[in-house]
Amino acid sequence: MCTVCGCGQGETKIEGHEHAHPHDHDHPHPHDHNHDHEHEHSHADGSVHSHPHAHEHSHGHTSHDHAHDHLHDSNTPHYHEHKGELHYGLGPAHAHAPGMSQARMVQIEQDILGKNNGYAAENRQYFAEHGLFAINLVSSPGSGKTTLLVKTIEALAGSLSVAVVEGDQQTSNDADRIRATGAAAIQVNTGKGCHLDAHMVGHALERLNLPDDSLLMIENVGNLVCPAAFDLGEAHKVVILSVTEGEDKPLKYPDMFHAADLMILNKVDLLPYLSFDVDKCIEYAHRINPKLEVLKVSATTGEGMQRWLAWLTEGVDVAVSARQQNVNLLRQRIAELEAQLAQQAAKA
Amino acid sequence: MHEMSLAEGILQIVEDAARQQGFKRVTEVRLEIGALSGVEVEALSFCLDVVLKGGVAEGARLELEKIPGRGYCLGCGETVPVHALYDACPLCGSYQVQATGGTEMRVKDLLVE
Repeated sequence: MCTVCGCGQGETKIEGHEHAHPHDHDHPHPHDHNHDHEHEHSHADGSVHSHPHAHEHSHGHTSHDHAHDHLHDSNTPHYHEHKGELHYGLGPAHAHAPGMSQARMVQIEQDILGKNNGYAAENRQYFAEHGLFAINLVSSPGSGKTTLLVKTIEALAGSLSVAVVEGDQQTSNDADRIRATGAAAIQVNTGKGCHLDAHMVGHALERLNLPDDSLLMIENVGNLVCPAAFDLGEAHKVVILSVTEGEDKPLKYPDMFHAADLMILNKVDLLPYLSFDVDKCIEYAHRINPKLEVLKVSATTGEGMQRWLAWLTEGVDVAVSARQQNVNLLRQRIAELEAQLAQQAAKA
Repeated sequence: MHEMSLAEGILQIVEDAARQQGFKRVTEVRLEIGALSGVEVEALSFCLDVVLKGGVAEGARLELEKIPGRGYCLGCGETVPVHALYDACPLCGSYQVQATGGTEMRVKDLLVE
């Protein structure tokens, strides 16, 4: 179930992905620790002595949860053995009563959305390693996201490789529209789900086989509420608001406008027929998020498209040069290590 | 927001921890909820009571630590308290306030037996 709005997630389908599988899965990595240490303690008769003391305990952890606690399981009998005696009074509370367990505090420090954030971090690392500029497009249904994508891909054809992850509750209509342009696209149907999550996107990435140094556009499910809370690993959330909607939408759905870095005001060719107040809309959006960039665009007439394309190209350039820099750093380290090795080998 | 499902997220974290660390009963759950996280604390507390029934944390005391909202005002350069994302700066009236704290929602720790 979606941890934000309670919608179902049991019906997620990723194109080409045959089997159904549960949304959350654990990757157990059991591992054991041994701690040997010496400690000193006093007895009632006043004698003090020290003795070695071994603890052995194991704990598993799931993929992204790292709650480590090194206290003992309170339900197993806890005793310390020395010189043939069993001592039950050396637990954390220095007392023991039959059947009574000893209360303890377990540090959790986990984000309620932590599982998703872990998958998002994996996606983000994948994007960084491959020089991919990934953006997450969010809006209400009908804001013109898919048309904007189609026009964008057409305009970038030949200069930039573009792929698309399409999120919708049902149908592959949108992925079909994208594929008609020649770009790679994969449809993710969320079933009853109201948003894409990082885990779904991770699976889509496995199937897309993206070329390095390219642009990935993730079109989220049309919804101005839930996708705000779910990081997919993208560089930016881009919120699209069409002028056929209300200009006060930023105030009505503040979380989404707060999470986004760029707002595209779409369908501006229709402004002459509407009473939409552009300045007011931008002012409302900046109340929620003063750093929000704004672009006025009409995907249909092409107005404002150049600035949008420039924004995308710049993003790809940054991702590519970051990857290049990383590769250079690694090469430099190899060279340094090889020089070191040569020095050592010469001495030997 | 939709607190019933956040409560289920908390239940999942508690159950994962119980499995990993082998405790059988949780007597207290401590949460940190930011004022700007969009969580209705009253509703969350009600939902948790319902969701935790029948599990390791049934009847656990709920301790909610509210993290106040904070923001940096680009207008006057001060860090100011923020009650909602669309609030104006209480010092200079500018809406150029960037939220810097109070958006978290976390399970802090558990008291277990």
